Amino acid sequence: MIPVAFDYVRPSTVDEAVAALVAGGEDAKVMVGGQSLMPVLRLRLGAPSLIVDCSRIDEMIGIREEGDSIVIGAGTTHHAVMNNDLVKRYVTLLAQATATVADPQIRHRGTMGGSLAHADPAGDLPAVAAALDATFTIAGPGGRRTVAASDFFVDYFTTAVGDDEVLASVSFPKREGWGSHYEKFNRTAQAWAIVGVAAAVRMEGGRIAEARIGLTNVGTTPIRARSVEAALVGAADAAAIAAASESAADGTAPTTDIHADAEYRSHLTRVLTKRAVQKAAGM
Amino acid sequence: MTQMDVTNTTETPTALGRPIRRKEDARLLHGQTNWTDNIQLPGTLHMAILRSPMAHARITKLDVSGALKMPNVVAAYGAAELGDLNGSVPCVWPVTDDIVMPGFPALAIDKVRHVGDCVAVVLATDAVHAADALEAIEVDYEPLPAVVNMESAIADGSTIVHDDKGTNTCYVYNLGGGYDEVAAKADVIVKRRFINQRLIPAFMEPRAVVAAPMGMSDEITIWTSTQIPHILRVLLALVTGIPENNLRVVAPDVGGGFGGKLQCYREEILVTQLARKLGRPVKWTETRSEDMVATHHGRDQIQDIEIAATSDGKMLGLKVTLLANMGAYLQIITPGVPLLGMFMYPAIYKMDAYDFKCTGVFTNTTPTDAYRGAGRPEATYAIERIVDELAAELGMEPMELRKKNWITHEEFPFTTVAGLTYDTGNYEAATARAMELFDYDGLRAEQAQRRASGDPVQLGIGISTFTEMCGLAPSRTLGALKYVAGGWEHCTVRLLPTGKVEVVTGTSPHGQGHETAWSQIASSVLGVPVEDIEVIHSDTGRSPYGMDTYGSRSLAVGGQAIKKAADRLVEKAKVIAAHQLECSPEDIEFVEGVFRVKGDPEKVQPLAAVAFEAFTGHNLPPGVEPTLSAEATVDPEDFSYPHGTHLAAMEVDTETGKVTLRKYVCVDDVGVQVNPMIVEGQVHGGLAQGIAQAMFEGASYDEDGNLQTASFADYLLPSAMDLPSFITDTTCTPSTTHPLGTKGVGEAGAIASTPAIINGVVDALRPLGVTDINMPAAPMTVWRAIQAAKAGGAA
Ligand SMILES: Cc1cc2nc3c(=O)[nH]c(=O)nc-3n(C[C@H](O)[C@H](O)[C@H](O)COP(=O)(O)OP(=O)(O)OC[C@H]3O[C@@H](n4cnc5c(N)ncnc54)[C@H](O)[C@@H]3O)c2cc1C
Repeated sequence: MIPVAFDYVRPSTVDEAVAALVAGGEDAKVMVGGQSLMPVLRLRLGAPSLIVDCSRIDEMIGIREEGDSIVIGAGTTHHAVMNNDLVKRYVTLLAQATATVADPQIRHRGTMGGSLAHADPAGDLPAVAAALDATFTIAGPGGRRTVAASDFFVDYFTTAVGDDEVLASVSFPKREGWGSHYEKFNRTAQAWAIVGVAAAVRMEGGRIAEARIGLTNVGTTPIRARSVEAALVGAADAAAIAAASESAADGTAPTTDIHADAEYRSHLTRVLTKRAVQKAAGM
Repeated sequence: MTQMDVTNTTETPTALGRPIRRKEDARLLHGQTNWTDNIQLPGTLHMAILRSPMAHARITKLDVSGALKMPNVVAAYGAAELGDLNGSVPCVWPVTDDIVMPGFPALAIDKVRHVGDCVAVVLATDAVHAADALEAIEVDYEPLPAVVNMESAIADGSTIVHDDKGTNTCYVYNLGGGYDEVAAKADVIVKRRFINQRLIPAFMEPRAVVAAPMGMSDEITIWTSTQIPHILRVLLALVTGIPENNLRVVAPDVGGGFGGKLQCYREEILVTQLARKLGRPVKWTETRSEDMVATHHGRDQIQDIEIAATSDGKMLGLKVTLLANMGAYLQIITPGVPLLGMFMYPAIYKMDAYDFKCTGVFTNTTPTDAYRGAGRPEATYAIERIVDELAAELGMEPMELRKKNWITHEEFPFTTVAGLTYDTGNYEAATARAMELFDYDGLRAEQAQRRASGDPVQLGIGISTFTEMCGLAPSRTLGALKYVAGGWEHCTVRLLPTGKVEVVTGTSPHGQGHETAWSQIASSVLGVPVEDIEVIHSDTGRSPYGMDTYGSRSLAVGGQAIKKAADRLVEKAKVIAAHQLECSPEDIEFVEGVFRVKGDPEKVQPLAAVAFEAFTGHNLPPGVEPTLSAEATVDPEDFSYPHGTHLAAMEVDTETGKVTLRKYVCVDDVGVQVNPMIVEGQVHGGLAQGIAQAMFEGASYDEDGNLQTASFADYLLPSAMDLPSFITDTTCTPSTTHPLGTKGVGEAGAIASTPAIINGVVDALRPLGVTDINMPAAPMTVWRAIQAAKAGGAA
C-alpha cells in the first residue's frame, strides 16, 4: 500500500539525529534499514509525520573490539554482522542467529540495531542480546546512557529507547571458546520464528560449567531461561541436558496465533531448548 | 532432471521435441517488459478502492463528498453515484436449471458480503492522492452476523448471505448412481472426510488494469493483467453495454495467473466504465493486501468420500459428497469448478459404480474460482488419499492395491465409471520408472528400520498415481455441462514477403513459454527456423479469435490449430510452387522448408521464394489469390489425459510435528513433448504449488469472517529453500486426440503432488495410530494428531 505522506531528513551524525527527533516531537520516527518500519508505514499501521533516516551515520556503522567487549554500531546490517570475524569468534551466537533472519535481501538492508529497537517478540536477535547480557548505548538530548539487556526490553514492541533517542551501539562481552547454537523453529525457511532458543555454554572437562539461554517468542519480551541455566551446570551428557530442559517453559507467557497455540509453544520451548543446548555443547 | 541438451538455436529447422531455450526469457530477464502497471498514458486518472473491513454489514451511510475536497481528486463514487454504470460481475456457468445466482454489483449496494467487497472508489491524478482520499470517505456499517463455515451456512436458522434468495445453497448437482447396490456386496467400506482447504493464487504480479478511450475512434482499449483477453472482451461488452467492436482488450506481459486471472473482475468493470464516463484513461493497480482479499480464492471443499471393495482388494464403487464453498458471490466459473473434478474421482481405477453429489454454498468469504487444476486437484487428493486408507484397512501395500485396480495399458481406450473415455496411457510404465528412480524398496527398508528402532524422526512414503483431463473441449461437451462458451481454439499463420512467419494464436500466455513452443510447432511444419517465427497473442486487436489460456488447454487445443493452419498454408504454397516449377502440385514434395519436384532434385523452390511471389502477385496460377496465409479453428474431439506416478519421501519429526520433504520423484506421461525443458519447468512449478497446499498454504478466516492469512507473513508460500531438488522423468504414450500426440502439462504437478505428500505423512505416522492429517501439514497440526493418537483417540 501507499504510506501516508511524511517529511524526511537524513542526518549524518547521532547528535543531528537526536536534534531532528527533538524538533519532530512524538510524530518523528527513526528509520535505518526500513525493513520493519516500511511495512508498518505501507500498511498504514503507523503514520509518523517525520522520518529521520539514520542509515548514513558513520559512527552507527561498524564493528570494533573494545577491551573485553565487541561493540557493534546499531546501524550495522545483518549481513555485515554475520560475516564479521570478530563477531564470529567472540559473539558466535549472534552470528548464528543473524544468519537465520529473513533472507539475503533483507539481511543486506536490515540492521542489528533496528531488530533490537523494533523488539518484535518473534525477532531473533533480542533473545541473543538477553542471553549474552549485551549493553545498549542510547543517545538522547541529555547525552548518552547505557542500559543493560535486562532493562532494555520493556514490552511488546517497546524498549528503553525514548521517542527522542537513538540506539547508537550495542556491546557484547567477548566469550571466546563457548559453544553456542540458535535453534529456530519456523514453518518455512524464511518465516519468523514460532519459537527460538539461543543457547551458549562454557564447557569444563566435558561438563557444562556455565549456560546462557534466551527464548524467542514465548512472551512479550525475550526471556532468560534461568532455571534451565542453573540446572544445566554439571550436565555431562544429552540425557542430563534433556532433563534440565524440562523446565524451559517455566515463567514464559506464550501467545496463541494461527501457527501455534500457547500449549504447543511451551512444548516447543522444552524440545528446542534441549536441542539448542545439546548442539551448543556438542552432545 | 534427466540430462538435456539445451541449446539456443535450432540446428535443424525441425525443432519439435527439442529443449531449446525460451525465446521470451532474455527479454523478461533483462527487464524489457511491459507490465500493465508500466503503462503511463497522458491524463490518466488513478483509481483507489475503499473496501469493506467487515464480512457482513449493512451500509447505513456512505458519503464520498469529503474525498472530492482532497487534493488532486477528480471524482468519487459509491454505488448510488455510479448508478447504471455499476455493472454486475458475470458468471458464465449456471450448472443447474435452478441454480441460485445472486447479483454481484461491482460496487456493493446497501450491503457488504465479504471483507474486501468494494464500497466506493476515488479517482485522482496520481495514485498517492487517490489512496489518501479514501480516508475522507464517510461510511457507517451496521454489522450483521457473518457466516463463514459451510456446514453452518446450510444449517437451519443460518444468516443468509443473499437475504433476497432465502438460502445459502447455491445448487445441488448429482451424477451417477448405483453405489448403494455395490456397497451392499462389499466386504470393506472405508469412509473419510477430507478438507481441501482454501488457497490464494498469489501470482507474482498483482492485478492491474488501464482503460483508455482512444480518441480517434469510439474504441476503448483495456490493458489488463489477465489470462483471458478474448473472453473478457465479450464479457465486458455484455456487462457494460459498450459495443464489442469498440472494445479492444490487451494482456501485456502477465506475471502469472494460475487461474486467478481467469476472471472478469469487478475492478476491470469499474475501470472500463469510468474511463468511458470520464473520457480519460483510468488506471488501477492493486496492492498485495487487496489481492489477498479481493482476487478470487481457490479450492475450499469439504469432501465426504466412501469406497467399497472386496476383501482381496477389488474396488467396487465410490461415493463422493461435496460441500463446495462459493464464497459471497459467483464469479466467472465459480459453480463449475467442483464439476471439473467430478469426472476425475474414479481416476485411473476400474470400478462398477460411482455416486457424486455436490452442494454449492454461499458464505461471507472472498469468492472462489479456478486455481491451478480447478476441481481436479481436489478430486485427485480425495481418491489418492482414500486408496491409501483402503490399503491400510485391507493390510495391503498401497502400490499393490493400485496395481490391482488400475486400467492396464492393453485396456485403452477405456471408458471410466464417470463416463470419460481415456484414449491412451501406461500406468505400469510410469510407475515402474518412478519406483526405480525413487529406490522404493530401499526407502521401505529404511522406514522399517526407523520404525523398529523407535526413531523420533519417522519416514513415510507417499504415492500418487494420478490422471487428469485437460484441454477443456469439445465445445458440445461444455455445452452439455451448461458452460456458456466453447472449447475451440484458433490460429492464423502468415508468411510475410521476406520469408518471416507470424503465428497468430488465440491462446494467451502468462509465463508458459508459448512463444517458443508455438514457434517450434510452426517450424516443424514450415521448415522455417524458430527465430524467424513471431508469435502474436493476447491482444484482441491483433489476434481476434481465441479462447485464451487455462485448464492446460493451450497446447492441447491451440497446438492443434497451429499445426492445422500451418499445414493449410503449405498446401496453398504448394500450388504456387508447382506453378513456378512448371509441374503439377501432385509432383511436388515439401521437405525442410523447400518445395522439390519429386525425382528431380535440381528443381527446387524455397518457401520464402513462394512467399515473395504471393506478395508481388506477378505470376500466380489462375484462381490463386495473392498473400500467403491460412487459418484454422479446431474443436478437438475429446480431452487429453496426462497421467503419472509421483512418490514422496516424508520425514516427520515426532517430537515437534515438523514435516520435511526429503525426496520427490515424478514420472509424468504428457504424450509427445514439443519442448522438454518447458515441460520440466511446468512440472517443477506445479509441484511447488501442489506441495505447498499439502505443507504450507491455507487461507483461514476467523468466525467474524476476517481473513487471518492476509499477508505473506501468515499465508506461507515456500521458497526454493523449502523444497528439495525434484527428480523428474517422463514416459510417452502419444495422445490420439491430438495430431502431434501431445497432452497438457500445465496443471499436472499441482494436481498430482498434494496427495503424495499427505499420504507420505500419514504413512510415516500410521503405526502411531494416525489415520489422517488436515492440510496444510503444519507442525502443530501434525503434533496434535500424534498426541491424539497416543491418547488413544483417532487423529
Ligand atoms: C519479510 C521479512 C522477514 C523478516 N524476517 C525476520 C526474521 O526471521 N527474524 C528477525 O529477527 N527479523 C526479521 N525481519 C525483520 C528484520 O530483521 C529487520 O531488519 C529488523 O527488524 C529491523 O531493522 P531495520 O534496520 O530495517 O529497522 P527499521 O525498519 O528501519 O526500523 C524498525 C523500528 O526500529 C526503530 N529503530 C531502528 N533503528 C533504530 C535505532 N538505531 N535507534 C532507535 N530506533 C531505531 C525504528 O524507529 C522502527 O520503529 C524480517 C523483515 C521482513 C521484511
